[in-house]
Amino acid sequence: MKKLLLATAATALMAGAASAEEVKVGVLLGFTGPLETTVPGMAAGAELAIKEVSDSGKFMGGSTVAPVRGDTTCVDAAAAQSAAERLVTSEKVAGIVGGDCSGVTGAVLQNVARPNGVGMISPSATSPALSTAEDDGLFFRTAPSDARQGEIMADILSERGVKEVAVTYTNNDYGKGMADAFAAAYAAKGGKVTLAAPHEDGKADYSAEVGALASAGGEALVVAGYVDQGGKGMIQASVDSGAFSTFFLPDGMFGESLVQAIGEPLNGSYGSVPGTDSPGNAKFLEIAKAAGFDGSTAYSGESYDAAALMLLSMEAAKSTAGKDWTAKVMDIANAPGEPVYPGELGKALELIAAGTDIDYVGATAVEMIGAGESAGNFREYEVKDGKLETVKYR
Amino acid sequence: MDILNAFVAFLNFVFVPGLAYGAQLALGALGVTLIYGILRFSNFAHGDTMAFGTMVTILFTWWFQSIGLTAGVIPTAMLALPIGIAVTSALVLTTDRMVYRFYRRQKATPTILVIVSMGVMFVMNGIVRLIIGVDDQNFADGGKFLVSAGDFKAATGLKEGLAIKGSQAVTVITAFIVVAALFWFLQKTRTGKSMRAFSDNEDLALLSGINPDRVVQVTWIIAAALATIAGVLYGLDKSFRPFTYFQLLLPIFAAAIVGGLGSPLGAIAGGFVIAFSEVMVTYAWKKVVTYLVPESLAPDGLLQLMATDYKFAVSFAILILVLIFMPTGLFKGKSY
Repeated sequence: MKKLLLATAATALMAGAASAEEVKVGVLLGFTGPLETTVPGMAAGAELAIKEVSDSGKFMGGSTVAPVRGDTTCVDAAAAQSAAERLVTSEKVAGIVGGDCSGVTGAVLQNVARPNGVGMISPSATSPALSTAEDDGLFFRTAPSDARQGEIMADILSERGVKEVAVTYTNNDYGKGMADAFAAAYAAKGGKVTLAAPHEDGKADYSAEVGALASAGGEALVVAGYVDQGGKGMIQASVDSGAFSTFFLPDGMFGESLVQAIGEPLNGSYGSVPGTDSPGNAKFLEIAKAAGFDGSTAYSGESYDAAALMLLSMEAAKSTAGKDWTAKVMDIANAPGEPVYPGELGKALELIAAGTDIDYVGATAVEMIGAGESAGNFREYEVKDGKLETVKYR
Repeated sequence: MDILNAFVAFLNFVFVPGLAYGAQLALGALGVTLIYGILRFSNFAHGDTMAFGTMVTILFTWWFQSIGLTAGVIPTAMLALPIGIAVTSALVLTTDRMVYRFYRRQKATPTILVIVSMGVMFVMNGIVRLIIGVDDQNFADGGKFLVSAGDFKAATGLKEGLAIKGSQAVTVITAFIVVAALFWFLQKTRTGKSMRAFSDNEDLALLSGINPDRVVQVTWIIAAALATIAGVLYGLDKSFRPFTYFQLLLPIFAAAIVGGLGSPLGAIAGGFVIAFSEVMVTYAWKKVVTYLVPESLAPDGLLQLMATDYKFAVSFAILILVLIFMPTGLFKGKSY
């Protein structure tokens, strides 16, 4: 009898603990598949933010937050959708940090998140197509769209007074996407692309491609390629034949090896590469190190920011329902307000509870634009005396 | 002045690259055509023989560079070239002893030999990839430019620059010397004459006491030398990568067939025909034409017949046209 009483009491206690609300957040990333080496750092970033909020005891009047993992596989949309279904229907998550790759993210958004009204913040899906996808206001991303670099490139070139350029791109989705995004942004700024010609990687000779570009002319050649592939070959052939002397080098062409291969003729060329000088990044690396993982791996900071933004928005909305908190994301992410850096989520929760406006800066200096995607941060660099020097951050 | 600019732009983007590429193709096609004329089959392994010879030359070039043995403005690879030729000759002679001789004794038809050469191609392909890997290798050194675009502009005051790379100059000069030596060998020496006799009529040649084994060996050595030289020149001018050499098989065969298989003179002509067609069909003529015509007539378009991606299509198209309308090629080659 005594035993039975004890057991009943224990059951009652446990049930009580469960009813004092525990909010679950889905971490939907490709734990297996092509990104399996990158994803552990991303998951660790997201879970660090979740733990920080949960441990502060200030979230939604003392609720705890627990992460639940799901596997997108990065490539298999069916597997990603069933993982998301499980998170939403059986785990009842309040929001999803993820997915990781653009294709599965779009599938989960359309087939799971929208029908169920669950909000998603992706840390790493960069396809421009997601900017215009139907999302009922439920989808955000802390990584910039690939199209964004095209705009940055157009900005840099027009600020330098370059009016006409020729473009060559590596013949795949990355190169074509970047060339198209750049051409549109550059035309909007009044620039003219004389010719956008693809090049194949891995050829021995690029003189014919360069010949066509030289004939079209232009003050500089924009090379949307790869530093150890056709991009290098195009620059070498241009330099050899005297077709172009100034090159614009986007992220795929950023590398010391290019400077070494081409040498002196590359001086005076410039380009852009993702990067930030925000103090948030250093703080994130610090707390990541204290938590026992390397925060410098790709998209780890974006993942922390995605989880933090989601939870802060829930606090601001005083609700975990998808349609409520997603309405607050833009307010939390953008100025004006008190800047919030990594490791200060407890303080941020207090500020929100007190009714103070905050501006979440986070690990990657998040600034949401357009349909809810990060503007991204880019470093403009220039080749000077054989060195890659930073001009400024934008 | 504008006519001069147009002429210089034409030289820089069409004539000079076409000339160097044509010389490289001509040397490759000469090897193919010799094998076809004397051994009577199309050697599909020729591209990979080029890759093998170039690989050996590259390895020795690196060794020479590391011990400080260089040749001033001439690329070090030219010093390593004889070693490359020797090793490649040894390889093809071994291949002949182990593979082709068996089929020759069987009096196998040319079709079977073609398939056999394809097998040899795959083996050589594998050897090269095993030893040096599949990546780009850069081994060019020596004088980079004979004339650089910037210097040319400064010296002449023209708007267009003319660049002649050191490797292009070396290619054309070497090709000229090699071709002259080959023709002298075929026309004037006893061995050369016996080779031609063997090619013209095998039975008659055997009756007059020509040693067939010797003819075959000499042919292989010459083919190996031509392949190695062509490969090294191509690698110096562009870059070395096993896969590219495999792909070179198409323009080389196109060149040999256009000229007429079995005709050395045809191989040279064919090499230049293919090279200049590829360059001229894919070149955007806008720049040249803009210099030549009055401003009001300046073209808006690029005046490019075909995008550069379709370069190989040009060799294919010429190949097909020649096979339809002139099956024996420009110089009346043979067909077995």
